[in-house]
Amino acid sequence: MSTPTFDRTQSPLIFDLGQDGRANKYVEDARPMTDFLPKSLLRDELPLPDNSELDVMRHFTKLSQRTFGIDLGFYPLGSCTMKYNPRINDAMATKREFAQLHPYTPDELAQGALQVMYELERSLSSLFGMAAFSLNPSAGAHAELAALLIAKKYFKDRGETKRDKVIVPDTAHGTNPASAAMCGFKVISLPSDQRGRVSVEEIKKVLGDDTAVCMMTNPNTLGLFEDHIHEIAQAVHDAGGLMYYDGANANAIMGNVRPGDMGFDLMHLNTHKTFTIPHGGGGAGHGPVGVAAHLVDYLPTPVVRATPKSNGDINAAPSDRYTFSLDFDLPKSIGPMRSFWSNFAHAVRALAYIYANGVGGLKKVSQLAVLNANYIRVKVAEFLDTPYPEICRHEFVASAQELKKETGVKALDLAKALLDHGMMAPTMYFPLIVPECLMIEPTETESKETLDQFIGVLREIVEEAKRNPEAVMAAPVTTVVGRVDETRAARNPDLKWEPAQA
Amino acid sequence: MYTPHTEEDIRAMLDAIGVGSLEELLKVPDAVALKAPLDVVPALPEYQIARRFEHFAKKNTGVDYVSFLGAGSYRHYAPPAIGALAMRGEFLTAYTPYQAEVSQGYLQAIYEWQSYICLLTGMDIANASVYDGATALAEATIMALNANGRKKVLVSRAVDPNYRAVLKTYCDGLDVAIDELPVTAAGTTDLDALKHAVASKEYASVAVQTPNFFGNIEAFDAATASVVRESGTVPIAVVSEAISLAALATPASWGAEIVVGEAQSFGVAMAYGGPYVGFIASTKEHMRRIPGRLVGKTVDKDERTAYVLTLQAREQHIRRERATSNICTNQAHCALIATIYLALMGKTGLHDVAALNLQRSRELATAVSSVDGVDLKFTAPFFNEIVVDVHQPAANVLAKLQERGILGGVDLGPWYPELSTCILMNATELTTTGEIDALANALGEIVRVHANV
Repeated sequence: MSTPTFDRTQSPLIFDLGQDGRANKYVEDARPMTDFLPKSLLRDELPLPDNSELDVMRHFTKLSQRTFGIDLGFYPLGSCTMKYNPRINDAMATKREFAQLHPYTPDELAQGALQVMYELERSLSSLFGMAAFSLNPSAGAHAELAALLIAKKYFKDRGETKRDKVIVPDTAHGTNPASAAMCGFKVISLPSDQRGRVSVEEIKKVLGDDTAVCMMTNPNTLGLFEDHIHEIAQAVHDAGGLMYYDGANANAIMGNVRPGDMGFDLMHLNTHKTFTIPHGGGGAGHGPVGVAAHLVDYLPTPVVRATPKSNGDINAAPSDRYTFSLDFDLPKSIGPMRSFWSNFAHAVRALAYIYANGVGGLKKVSQLAVLNANYIRVKVAEFLDTPYPEICRHEFVASAQELKKETGVKALDLAKALLDHGMMAPTMYFPLIVPECLMIEPTETESKETLDQFIGVLREIVEEAKRNPEAVMAAPVTTVVGRVDETRAARNPDLKWEPAQA
Repeated sequence: MYTPHTEEDIRAMLDAIGVGSLEELLKVPDAVALKAPLDVVPALPEYQIARRFEHFAKKNTGVDYVSFLGAGSYRHYAPPAIGALAMRGEFLTAYTPYQAEVSQGYLQAIYEWQSYICLLTGMDIANASVYDGATALAEATIMALNANGRKKVLVSRAVDPNYRAVLKTYCDGLDVAIDELPVTAAGTTDLDALKHAVASKEYASVAVQTPNFFGNIEAFDAATASVVRESGTVPIAVVSEAISLAALATPASWGAEIVVGEAQSFGVAMAYGGPYVGFIASTKEHMRRIPGRLVGKTVDKDERTAYVLTLQAREQHIRRERATSNICTNQAHCALIATIYLALMGKTGLHDVAALNLQRSRELATAVSSVDGVDLKFTAPFFNEIVVDVHQPAANVLAKLQERGILGGVDLGPWYPELSTCILMNATELTTTGEIDALANALGEIVRVHANV
């Protein structure tokens, strides 16, 4: 018998496949381009491979088989809210009347799309206690940027241009300071207190007439609820600043507590986290930006307007009694954040998810997300340090620092070992204030059995680390490749395919 | 919905945690507690969700109109194989491929995307995608500002107005001024004005789109590019109709240092404006200034080929306020769709699509310009869009076309007051001769009626 040669761990690049003469016939032949344009304007060659449809199907199917998604297993990636992505959402988003609708379709011929945007916007505003949202930004960081641009313009209009400081707790997502820098703000990093929270006394020390915005995540990235949020907001407002809510952790609060009621003036949502839009390998996202009443005029353009119909059917659903339009005429607006109105297909998905739940369902979603996180937390505390041993929200942090001292096994090694058990690694080394941090967010869509399995696997890995640390440090061993040489990738960047030298 | 907990599970888990109820678990201070009931859409069983969205879908009557709409979002043929592959759960439900060992497939696909963009633009490096073409221009402009430390930028007035508006949003944040270059009577950027402006050595970058917003192919050439580069200004090429890359001389060949664009045309649905997929490609010199994710090819510990996110020291999660951009989420799934599209089409298919776009848009130009009272506004060579002057308010003509079931194009008046009698019309490989005839006939009736009044 011959040696098997199939290697499931590797596939050639698409550029190394294909043959001239193997093209698929999707469109008819055209006349030569030189019939239409002078040769000087045309490119010389188009060096792309021609592959049969079957070869393309096999190529990308094989690539998918070497990609881990929620559909394959538990994905406890902290701060990323990797919950189940219901397929009804995709079925709705890809309906012909949505997918093939051109963005410049006149409003009167796109009433359904506008109604989707309107219903989503109204639902989010109520759910989070904001006066209005704009669905324009494309992702969380994009919406953060929009919010800070709103703050900048608001202060400029009030003649308060001296306000150039943005306060960011040391547990904040990296996008917060990066977004602040893109608006020319100076970042003040605020240390967390012993309880892992922002201290009212500490923040008062840095507040002043140069304070523009205080950016907070609540629950924060340690998974802890900022229980002095009301006093913090009061202090920031007393200093003349604005409060910004990073909605990355909004899965913990729905139907329970609202950023608007906590005193936030600005916020964003990552609807691709909280509202089950598939992450798709890192995008596309969807980042509505919300504002309190005094900032509504500054929202990015366009916004959806609803005008009551004169002959509306009183038995219809509330939003069916309106005519909708896109409004670009907001003189104080910061302007558009991107081409066109929204990542509309994602607005469809988010709204479908809200329909699947209603208020009661969303409240339950957050409760069970918190239940799942706390359940794992108390069990993991039996064999790993949990630096903040108290009730958490949707996520919590554990630390492998003691384990590392004892055995040499780091957080990274634990994470890689999980991959060998068909589970995604938690977020690691974030937030930065927790050494050897593992940030674990199970989400509400996981069953107790899955959580028990994860706890059991992690326990076993920690025990193995104490018995045989080298084995854990060698992980992963069941994946298609072993640990990847990142240093070589960065030192000798190879970022694209090159044709073989003749 | 979508929560698997039984009552017994909840009780057992609460007991393990040591709290009495879910309410206790989520207790918040009274000062911030919820005070009034919330008003969101009602909970529906799944089949009724489907009915509700069918109700919305039926109100999007515009999808059944004959359409000549383009202007940054294009109707192209997308083989069903794209959806069959891209909607696989492994791709759809993956996160950013931080854990390379279990993300080799997606990482390779993004590496292939980067390679395709480099082959199409002729550039050295391409990133893993940004939100869209407009934000790509804004991010590229920031690259240029970081490269030379200047505080003003230059952009052609023939760049898509949405792109320019987004650029202004970003530049307002950075306190950077934008100056605009005029358009000639032929419908292309005034290159003499460009050369004059860059000679001041005040501008970090100059952005020129080709085909430009009017569909015209810019005459920007290597000689112009060298004047720009000698002034220390970064030449940025903008491409909003990516199919044109299959036909036209590459931006690299005429000296662009950064090429940004929108790849929606590569199989991504128009979807009422998004999500789409922007790209940024550049010369090697700008490698460490490029924003967003980059996938590199390397090896694993056993020297097997492997792919990984690389040069992450540029990014926000490492460098925070000193990052090259705040971008985190990109458009990976749309980039995957575009990559599959390019793989399926290959050079032959893509060439044919581009050639058909040239052909159909010329049929369109011939048909509408043969109508009395209707003229082509510009004389420059074009790709698949034309500016049609109807010599009366474009909005009126478009409204009358709409009554006849035709979306005739985009009214240029709101962005270019001097073109308020002009319509931007697009034809692609999907535009039929019958549709073009219907448009020409309708225009004939509408314009004739007007002439008789």
